[in-house]
Amino acid sequence: MAEFLIETAGLPAWLSWTAIAVLSAVLILNVIAGGALVFIWAERKIAARIQDRLGPTRTGGRFGWLQSLADGIKLLAKEDLMPDGADALLFRIAPYVSFCASFCAFIALPFAFDVVGQRLNVGVFFVVAVLGLEVFGVILAGYASASKWSLFGAMREAAQVVSYEVPLGMCVVVPVMLAGSMDLVTIGEKQAGWGSNWFIFHDPFTFIIFWVYYTCALASVNRAPFDLAEAESELVAGFHTEYSGLRWSFFFMAEYGSMFLVSALAAILFLGAWNGPVPVSQLLGLSDGMAANAPYALRLLGCMNLLLKATVGVLVMMWIRWTLPRLRIDQVMTTCLKYCTPIAAAMFAGVMLWQLFLPGGLVAGSFQNAAGVREGWLEQSNNQESVNEDALSDIVPSRRIVEVSR
Amino acid sequence: MNHETFGLSTNLFAFLDWHDFFFLLFAGVACVAAVMVVLSDNVVRMALHLVLSLGATAGLFFLAGAEFVGAMQLMIYVGGTLVLLVFGVMLTAQTQLVALRTPAGDRVIAGILAAALLAVLVQAAFSIESWQKPGQGVATAPTATPLGMALVGVRVDQVAEENLVRPKSGYLLPFEIVSVHLLVVLVGAAYLARAKRRRIPRSVDLVASADSTKPRLPVTASSTLVAGGPK
Repeated sequence: MAEFLIETAGLPAWLSWTAIAVLSAVLILNVIAGGALVFIWAERKIAARIQDRLGPTRTGGRFGWLQSLADGIKLLAKEDLMPDGADALLFRIAPYVSFCASFCAFIALPFAFDVVGQRLNVGVFFVVAVLGLEVFGVILAGYASASKWSLFGAMREAAQVVSYEVPLGMCVVVPVMLAGSMDLVTIGEKQAGWGSNWFIFHDPFTFIIFWVYYTCALASVNRAPFDLAEAESELVAGFHTEYSGLRWSFFFMAEYGSMFLVSALAAILFLGAWNGPVPVSQLLGLSDGMAANAPYALRLLGCMNLLLKATVGVLVMMWIRWTLPRLRIDQVMTTCLKYCTPIAAAMFAGVMLWQLFLPGGLVAGSFQNAAGVREGWLEQSNNQESVNEDALSDIVPSRRIVEVSR
Repeated sequence: MNHETFGLSTNLFAFLDWHDFFFLLFAGVACVAAVMVVLSDNVVRMALHLVLSLGATAGLFFLAGAEFVGAMQLMIYVGGTLVLLVFGVMLTAQTQLVALRTPAGDRVIAGILAAALLAVLVQAAFSIESWQKPGQGVATAPTATPLGMALVGVRVDQVAEENLVRPKSGYLLPFEIVSVHLLVVLVGAAYLARAKRRRIPRSVDLVASADSTKPRLPVTASSTLVAGGPK
C-alpha cells in the first residue's frame, strides 16, 4: 500500500511509510475503542433481556444505541481521584499497561488474508505472550491502590493466571500442530474451502479442545464466571475499586479489547478464520489458489467474516456472564488445573495420534497434513520466502531483506 | 508533489534511519530501566522497571527479525517477573519491608562485580571481527521453523551444502534430558512442600501424647490457631 502511494501519488517514501503506519495503528485503535462502545451497549441490552428488563431505551432514539457514548462523555467529565496512600506512578501507569498489552496483541492479529498490522512468523505465540501482559496492569492497579479490596483482586488475578495459562497454551498448540505453522495467516489459509475444513471439525479431539480453549479464554479475560479479580458483589470492584473517570474506562477498553481478541483468535485457530462455511469466492472463481491476488472486495468479505465470528464469540461470553454464577477461587483453580489441563493434554495426544494414523481425515484427501506443509517449506528455498518478506516490508519501512543463503 | 514544500522537518524525517532510531530507543529504554531496577527501593516498582527493561529487549529481538526469541522473551521473562512480583508483594507487603535499603558494603561489592562483568562483555563485544550495522543483520522471516528443525538435527540454513541427505545429531536428547530433569525437580519441590506441611505435629496432639491423663481443655492459644480457630 505504501508502494502504491509512492508510485502513483508521488509522495516521498518516508511520508507514505509513516502515513501507512499511522493508518494501521489508528485502525486497530478504532477496532478496540469503537468495539468497546458497541460491546458495552450490547452487554447492557443482553443483560437486561436475560434479566427480563429493557435496558437502555432512550439515548439516541430507539434501543438506546448511543448509551455508551453518553457514558463515555460522563466518564470524561468525572473527577480523577487517587487515594492518599496510593503509589502515584504505578496507580497512573496501570491502566495504560493493560490497554497497551491489549493493543499490542492486535498488531499481530490478521483480519483477512493480508489485512494484518504486522504479519509475524510466530503470530499465535506473540498474541498469547502479549495477552499475558494485560494481567500485569491489573496486578499493578491492585497493588498501587493501597486498598484491601484492590489487593485481594490482584492476588486472585495472579492465582488465576497461574492456573489458566497452562491449559490455554496447550489448546493453542493444537491448531499450530494441524497447520504446521505458528503464523496466524497461514493457519487461517489452511482452513479455506468448505466449512468442514475448519479445524474445529478436523477430528473429535479438536472439537472438544475448542471448548476447553473457550473456557480458558474466558478465564484469561476475567469474564464471569471467572471475574474474581473484579467480583463486584464481594470486593466492591476488585482491582479497579479506586479508579474513576478516564483511567477506569481504559481498563474497560482493555477488557473488551481482549474479549474481542480471544474470540478472534478462537475464530482464526478453530473456526475457519476469514473463510466462510461456503467458499463463495472459490465457487465464483474469484480467487485461484492463494488469495494473494484476490481483489479487495474479497478481503473486505473476509474481514466481515472474521469480525462476525469474533462478535458472536463475544456475545456468547456475555450470555455466559449473565447466566452462570461466579466461581470461588479454589473452584477456578480446580476447573483450570484439574479439569482443563488433563482434558487438553489428552486431546493434544489424541490429535497427535489422529495426525499420525489418519493424516488425511476420515475421507481420504480432504486435509493436507502438517508434515506435508513443513516438507513443502523445506523444498522451497529462501527466494520463495522473500514473497512473505515483501508483505512484511510493506509495513516496516526500514526492514531490509538480506538473502542469507545466497 | 514537491519535496521542498515540507521544509526542514522533511529532511529530518527522510534523513532519519528508522531502524537505527528504534534500535537506540529500545536499547535506551532497556538500559535506563535496568538502572532504575537497581536504584528504586520499592519491590513493585523494581518489578515494573524489570518488565520494561525485558520488554525493550524483546523489542530489540523483534527489530532484528528474531521474532521467536522476542516472543519467548515476553512469555518467559515478563511472565516470570509477574509471578516474582506477586511473591514479592506477598512476602514484603508488611510495612518494614516496603522500602528495601541496600547496605553500603553490598553496593560496593555489586558495583565491583558489575564493572568486572561489563569489562568482560565490552571486551567480548569488540573482539567480534565482522561487525554489522544494525539493520544489516536482519534474518530472513521464518525463525521458529529452522530452530525447531535444528533441534531435531536438520539444519535448514545449511540446505545448500549438505543437500539434506541425513540429519546430523540434534539437540533433541539433551533437550529431553533437561526437561525431564526439570519435571523431576518440580515434582520433588511439590512433594517436599506437601510433606513439610503434614509433618508439623499439631500442638493439640503434642499435649495429648505428653500427658493423656489430663483433660485436653483448656487448649492453649497456639493450638487453637493451628487447629483452625476457636469454635
